[in-house]
Amino acid sequence: MMKFRFRRQGADPQREKLKQELFAFNKTVEHGFPNQPSALAFDPELRIMAIGTRTGAVKIYGAPGVEFTGLHRDTATVTQMLFLPGQGCLLTLLDDSSLHLWEIVPRNCCARLEEAHSFQPTSRPGSDGASGPPCLARVTVVLLVAEGSMAALGTESGSIFFLDMPTLKLLEGQTLSPDEVLQSVPGDYRCGKALGPVEALQGHLRDPTKMLIGYSRGLLVIWNLAAQCAHRVFLGNQQLESLCWERSGGTLVSSHSDGSYAVWSADTGGSPAVQPTIATMPYGPFPCKAINKILWRSCVSGDHFIIFSGGMPRASYGDRHCVSVLRAETLVTLDFTSRIIDFFTVHSSQLEDEFDEPQALAVLLEEELVVLDLQTPGWPALPAPYLAPLHSSAITCSAHVANVPAKLWARLVSAGEQQSPQPAPTALSWPITGGRNLAQEPLQRGLLLTGHEDGTVRFWDASGVALRLLYKLSTASLFQTDCDHSDSLAQAAEDDWPPFRKVGCFDPYSDDPRLGVQKVALCKYTAHMVVAGTAGQVLVLELSDMPSEQVVSVASVDLLQDREGFTWKGHERLSPRTGPLPWPAGFQPRVLVQCLPPAAVTAVTLHAEWSLVAFGTSHGFGLFDYQRKSPVLSRCTLHPNDSLAMEGPLSRVKSLKKSLRQSFRRIRKSRVSGKKRTVIANSKLQEANAQLAEQACPHDMEVTPVQRRIEPRSADDSLSGVVRCLYFADTFLRDATHHGPTMWAGTNSGSVFAYALEVPVATAGGEKRPERAVEAVLGKEVQLMHRAPVVAIAVLDGRGRPLPEPYEASRDLAQAPDMQGGHAVLIASEEQFKVFTLPKVSAKTKFKLTAHEGCRVRKVALATFASVACEDYTETGLACLTNLGDVHIFSVPGLRPQVHYPCIRKEDISGIASCVFTRHGQGFYLISPSEFERFSLSARNITEPLCSLDISWPHDTAHTSSSEESEKSLRTVAEEEARTRTILIR
Amino acid sequence: MNRSHRHGAGSGCLGTMEVKSKFGAEFRRFSLERSKPGKFEEFYGLLQHVHKIPNVEVLVGYADIHGDLLPINNDDNYHKAVSTANPLLRIFIQKKEEADYSAFGTDTLIKKKNVLTNVLRPDNHRKKPHIVISMPQDFRPVSSIIDVDILPETHRRVRLYKYGTEKPLGFYIRDGSSVRVTPHGLEKVPGIFISRLVPGGLAQSTGLLAVNDEVLEVNGIEVSGKSLDQVTDMMIANSRNLIITVRPANQRNNVVRNSRTSGSSGQSTDNSLLGYPQQIEPSFEPEDEDSDEDDIIIEGNGVPRQIPKADPNTESLESLTQIELNFESGQNGFIPSNEVSFAPIASGTNTEFEMCDADQKLLEEDGTIITL
Repeated sequence: MMKFRFRRQGADPQREKLKQELFAFNKTVEHGFPNQPSALAFDPELRIMAIGTRTGAVKIYGAPGVEFTGLHRDTATVTQMLFLPGQGCLLTLLDDSSLHLWEIVPRNCCARLEEAHSFQPTSRPGSDGASGPPCLARVTVVLLVAEGSMAALGTESGSIFFLDMPTLKLLEGQTLSPDEVLQSVPGDYRCGKALGPVEALQGHLRDPTKMLIGYSRGLLVIWNLAAQCAHRVFLGNQQLESLCWERSGGTLVSSHSDGSYAVWSADTGGSPAVQPTIATMPYGPFPCKAINKILWRSCVSGDHFIIFSGGMPRASYGDRHCVSVLRAETLVTLDFTSRIIDFFTVHSSQLEDEFDEPQALAVLLEEELVVLDLQTPGWPALPAPYLAPLHSSAITCSAHVANVPAKLWARLVSAGEQQSPQPAPTALSWPITGGRNLAQEPLQRGLLLTGHEDGTVRFWDASGVALRLLYKLSTASLFQTDCDHSDSLAQAAEDDWPPFRKVGCFDPYSDDPRLGVQKVALCKYTAHMVVAGTAGQVLVLELSDMPSEQVVSVASVDLLQDREGFTWKGHERLSPRTGPLPWPAGFQPRVLVQCLPPAAVTAVTLHAEWSLVAFGTSHGFGLFDYQRKSPVLSRCTLHPNDSLAMEGPLSRVKSLKKSLRQSFRRIRKSRVSGKKRTVIANSKLQEANAQLAEQACPHDMEVTPVQRRIEPRSADDSLSGVVRCLYFADTFLRDATHHGPTMWAGTNSGSVFAYALEVPVATAGGEKRPERAVEAVLGKEVQLMHRAPVVAIAVLDGRGRPLPEPYEASRDLAQAPDMQGGHAVLIASEEQFKVFTLPKVSAKTKFKLTAHEGCRVRKVALATFASVACEDYTETGLACLTNLGDVHIFSVPGLRPQVHYPCIRKEDISGIASCVFTRHGQGFYLISPSEFERFSLSARNITEPLCSLDISWPHDTAHTSSSEESEKSLRTVAEEEARTRTILIR
Repeated sequence: MNRSHRHGAGSGCLGTMEVKSKFGAEFRRFSLERSKPGKFEEFYGLLQHVHKIPNVEVLVGYADIHGDLLPINNDDNYHKAVSTANPLLRIFIQKKEEADYSAFGTDTLIKKKNVLTNVLRPDNHRKKPHIVISMPQDFRPVSSIIDVDILPETHRRVRLYKYGTEKPLGFYIRDGSSVRVTPHGLEKVPGIFISRLVPGGLAQSTGLLAVNDEVLEVNGIEVSGKSLDQVTDMMIANSRNLIITVRPANQRNNVVRNSRTSGSSGQSTDNSLLGYPQQIEPSFEPEDEDSDEDDIIIEGNGVPRQIPKADPNTESLESLTQIELNFESGQNGFIPSNEVSFAPIASGTNTEFEMCDADQKLLEEDGTIITL
């Protein structure tokens, strides 16, 4: 049937062409902080920074808007990365010991990151140890030597191999074995023991012929590459962790596993040097943890910075994640909330400069990037223009507001500025400034709102490629929670040694789960906002430019009404603080409505023009007039048999057990499918093996078949009363001649309630409506026969276009709706879309998605799609994300399928649940707790990085042909992206 | 009355037929012209007239050649009754309000013997509970085999009608693998199978579905390439009017057709559609089939109504293309061999009249009631 329909449509080439001009699927940019970072690199010449992850992704960042992304073919951890300074090339080492060379190459008008070469060490069995040539088994460190023309690989066996750059060919004869090095070491140091793996390799800025080698046992050697001999030898005895060679070359610093570091003089003393000039254990005398990395940076003033990570006293602070910054007598112990991955300083890269003169310290942590200004006294943190830790508290909901008026934008920005401490005027600006952003200034401002577990709502600038935090709203201060400020008191009582300083904003611990934000709605014209949370709290806020102190009025609405026999066994409602409370500039609460029972709010909507807010929980819905601060309506949607909803989340032990079982099943299933995926990628031999294995498999599969029961939904299914969507519209509900305010509510069991509202009309010119009560009369009640949850309701005007938002038409920001009648209501359930005429509610068009495709609707939104070919041709479409992760677009109001694209893996349940669509055919979903993937369904409205690097391309002609192949491999990763991109007309 | 009796008796061989009608304790005898029996309404009026019960709603039954009491309530079974009456058509009339439906449609020998006594003494104690069979207009379809003419012989398309909530659909599906013949030889492909039938459920009581039947289509949409969860969702979404195409695990009961007639229904046999153009789409349109799926709307005044269709141009031809089979749940006696005899009928059931003939034949053979 479906095929038939598509064919019929496909027969119209004109429509096909139009569809290509309207719709195109692109995954454009990843916002937020890379999940599970594992490596960091910085190019001081181009001022670009690279982050590698445990899944093999490489991301390069420069100035805001400059972003390059690449993905290794194999999902392996990136353990080390090195920039070839000034060339836009990046060498990556993965934990499978393979090396990959990435290049930023110009493509069309902008640049892309592409893999150019790779090197996989061949482990020859039987050639290990003493017999035969040493084997290149496990690479521990990589260094670029001889001005980037060679790469030295330190290995676990202690040998150092050399590769030619940029071809990544092994230079066979040049391997430096530990035996060679041992010849220049006195016999009593040797005493028959091996040197251990190569732990550190350092080059020298001014003398490219020399290389500093550190072995795990503690031996440091300055090796002369030209003369093939040891220049100097330092007989360290502590297990080595890292090394730093000072700029002038006269000083070496080594850090050790016992938490000490040693400074060696390279200029004075005899060759083999037995004792370091200084050896110190900064957090001694008790046993300390290892210092994992140490940097020595000299200043113009003659003193120097020593920056190191770790080394904390094992017993008392062994669990802290610290970086210590020491300059002369000043020591600051930066205390982070997540593990330290790596750090670097931004300093002078000019050869002729005598000193490093570090400007900034960048620390990459497991969950965020922190940059400190080292030139301003106090070393303040610099706000990052990108890499925002979206998940500083877990994201619980998100919403997108398109076309934000400039006025609201400016007020939000100013509220945000008052919130964060203003950087001193002399302060450093963001030091990572490489590349040029070629993207045009966004035509309109987009705001992404994220609600978090700790009761905050963050306002992000989502207009461009770099997601930037504008303002943070916290609702927690309105409520009394158990654990208030006890933390800070304990902090003050602590010793002031070590001198801890808390840095970073990642704080995943929530005081009270009831504070979690469930739903957010914002009116962009009046700057009114509703934030609804886990404990049934519905907060109406208003943006104010001045701090104020005021009482928040509290009302409670009983959604059960007179239902008997139900007892709520879930959490208590939050108790609000009483009395006047101080509020900073920004969104300030005006009214708090608390639902009873205090179940999580499942739907919320706001109509600022009528001063009405509607909210729903698993028990029913309510309507509240926030101007008069009085409830208008409450209705219970519970089915009499539905006891589960009543008992609240605590007593659902059984279903928890069930859900655990299901999730295990899911894991098992995804493992199986994962296996299949890799089979496709691998060689034919493996494929054949897998087939053999599969032939053996069905036997045990048959033993425990997964069964599915085929039974229609019944009215008394559990949680049938959950209110899934609420909607306000000015339309024809009671008769075809008079339109008026209406409110619509849809439930989990396929019921739709439509109320006609009597809202007193504001006098001409007056902002506020007269003080008369709002009345609500039930106009229509629709029970969908298939009883699937109603996920969205929208009213279409006489021309089939969705009604504009409140104030949008009256402020000339949208075309006024056709109010000549002929309105229709679009009801989207999890299984079907239906359009009914108004006011008669007779079925007009429909599409039964589940019956045809076997998938269920997860998210829907109406969006406007503009054509790439014609400036002012637009169409309204219904964008829909299914439980299989596919995005479908349907025409409105015809409900004919237009296009569909695979978007999210169907196993990625949190990704599907987090998806939001914008009004102009884009969307966001979480690919990890900390990253939003942005995608675009519109062929016209695309937000993607367009940037370039100013590099002199030295071997331009040489690599264009060879990069062709690697480009293909990169393409397979995002194959569909490439396919749709070819259609794109730019 | 006497005159008509004599007249009828005297002219029995001249194309007229004697009718003996009983209402309560009264008998009437009259005659009918066998070749022109007229319409049922006329006959019904005649009966009311001869018994002098003009305004009493009655049920009319007749004893067929086996002695079974069968109802007469439309032109078709009236004609059947007239054509099979030999030599005498025995009519039994009951008042509708005190009618004993259980007397109808008996098929056992014991009952055959007792049929008349049952009618005469309705309160007579019966040893075996009888199956209550109501009037045809009170029947609703429960399941059917459809599209036999266009499907391969190895496949079966079953339609299940889920009304109300009393009876569960009652089946489970699972993943499995089946073997397909492809250009590259035999190939193992994943498939969806019926894994379990709930006793007493709709699926089991029809006898048309069985464990390990492979599900090929759901409401006309192929399930190949779809996951178990997708197929589950598709079936549930269509549960009110579920059409499943299966490849039965037991292939011995398939429809046997002449190779000659394996094409379309037009050629199938004598009961073809001479006067009817081929206007019926071979495949059903799921889009137009959900007249039973109209949502309910309650106006402000609280009166529920079905949501009307905005464009009422959907033709309900479907009833012509199918035989609806109704089995009582207690009577699991759907012997697989029945399928063989049913199926050819389905291939040519485009006129109600011929359909009826076939019905009666079946009735005689194994006594299963089929209604349109």
